[in-house]
Amino acid sequence: MLHIKCPYCGLRNETEFSCGGEAHIARPISNNNLSNKEWSEYLFSRHNPKGIFLERWVHTSGCRKWFNIVRNTVTNEIYEVYKMGTIPKSQEGRITYKNSWRRLTKAEQSSIGKNNVKK
Amino acid sequence: MKITGKNKKQKYSLFSIIKNSINNHENWNKAWRTPTPKKNYDVIIVGGGGHGLASAYYLASIHGIKNIAVIEKGWIGGGNTGRNTTIIRSNYLWDESAAIYEHSLKLWEKLTQELNFNIMFSQRGVLTIAHSEHELKEMSRRVHAIRLNGIDSDILSPQEIKKFVPTINVNQGIRYPIMGGFLQKRGGTARHDAVAWGYARAADSYGVDIIQNCEVKNILCNKDKVLGIDTTQGQMYTSKLGIVVAGHSSVLADKVGIRLPVQSRPLQALVSEPIKPILDTVIMSNAVHMYISQSDKGEMVLGAGVDKYNSYAQKGSFPVTQHMIASAIELFPILSKLRMLRHWGGIVDTCPDASPIISKTDIQGLYFNCGWGTGGFKATPGSGHVFAELIAKDRPNNISKPFSLDRFENGLLIDEHGAAGVAH
Repeated sequence: MLHIKCPYCGLRNETEFSCGGEAHIARPISNNNLSNKEWSEYLFSRHNPKGIFLERWVHTSGCRKWFNIVRNTVTNEIYEVYKMGTIPKSQEGRITYKNSWRRLTKAEQSSIGKNNVKK
Repeated sequence: MKITGKNKKQKYSLFSIIKNSINNHENWNKAWRTPTPKKNYDVIIVGGGGHGLASAYYLASIHGIKNIAVIEKGWIGGGNTGRNTTIIRSNYLWDESAAIYEHSLKLWEKLTQELNFNIMFSQRGVLTIAHSEHELKEMSRRVHAIRLNGIDSDILSPQEIKKFVPTINVNQGIRYPIMGGFLQKRGGTARHDAVAWGYARAADSYGVDIIQNCEVKNILCNKDKVLGIDTTQGQMYTSKLGIVVAGHSSVLADKVGIRLPVQSRPLQALVSEPIKPILDTVIMSNAVHMYISQSDKGEMVLGAGVDKYNSYAQKGSFPVTQHMIASAIELFPILSKLRMLRHWGGIVDTCPDASPIISKTDIQGLYFNCGWGTGGFKATPGSGHVFAELIAKDRPNNISKPFSLDRFENGLLIDEHGAAGVAH
């Protein structure tokens, strides 16, 4: 079982949380300029790495707040827990964020999130 | 016997058992060779599980392509083919799914004879139970849809269920009482290792090279055309590359910049110590998340839903197993003193619409067969059959066409969460 440190409530068992999948997917704002393929990337294509993964979790049976974690999908080691609207600070997290193919998609580049993330 | 390829196999039969018993069974041939990889192949299949081996077998036997390699990272049947709970059925809601799973079930019915390998296919019936009024109504809607597609399916009342499965608890006072269920009599189980071994032996008899302990490090391609693969046993060249690697599909797709709508999740199962026969069918429940059957060895085989997070660790979280066992004991109080023998996990590739991907890609000669999620085993023959045709003819047939990758762009999703959400 994973032990996850909720940034608001502290260390709890995995059973209190729900996983929301890949983090840092921003909704495109220039909707009309996107092709079906680019929409499909936003809606369905998901980063599914064997290794470091940035993902969203929500403390369903606790404070019900969302947050992000940096986790290794092979060892299940959690490197960092960080709040929504920020980007990871650990080395593993920063490299994964920067190298994700999603940063290069048109959907992502036309999104509001690009300028909104607090460094 | 159908197996008449260039590496003709000795036929498995009562006669051959008697003949070999005279020599203390020391003269049986190897079921398949351990070939040295060649430099060039007409087709390379990556992934030596059931689907990959079936694809190679049908490519050789139906489409006449003989220069084929199957590349397997570990050993034959050591991945999800040997980790599933062996359930076979075809009672899916939508026409597209019904077509492919029923195609598969029809192939299962003849597979032991075709492969000359006893896959222990047992049509013991698959009974899905409902625990609420709403679920029962939704179930009858599904049953009618399934019957319209010509697939057998019958609604049973709690009394009929009790008669069919005497060990089950139909007491209305339990947390999730049984309100009814539906039965596919032609469904059942098969010995999963035997499926992999049978296909491997049959494919090998047509000259297919099965290369084990060989991991693909990279996919070689120029701009939009596949050239081959780089593996731990050297480079191999081909113009047609089929990738059938289940949970690792995203890892290989990533090497050529293809983004799949697939998430890899752990799926857990367990078996109990062997006991006398108490259950001669397969029981599944979507509402309480578990399915159970009894193997020929007497072990109770239990499975549940996928874990909620992505993982490649081949193990899941304990609460999922705990939930599954609690559900099993409530439905079968007789199991409460039973001890667990083994417990394991496999990595399944789940799709947003719970339907598989059998598709060409933007790279010429690169094909993907993945996204089977929690229910790929039952589709093994059908999946291999249509994937072989896709590779051989470079165009999908009517069965595989709806499962193309472009459904995520044109919106023609095949939403099978109702039929495939939990129980496989």
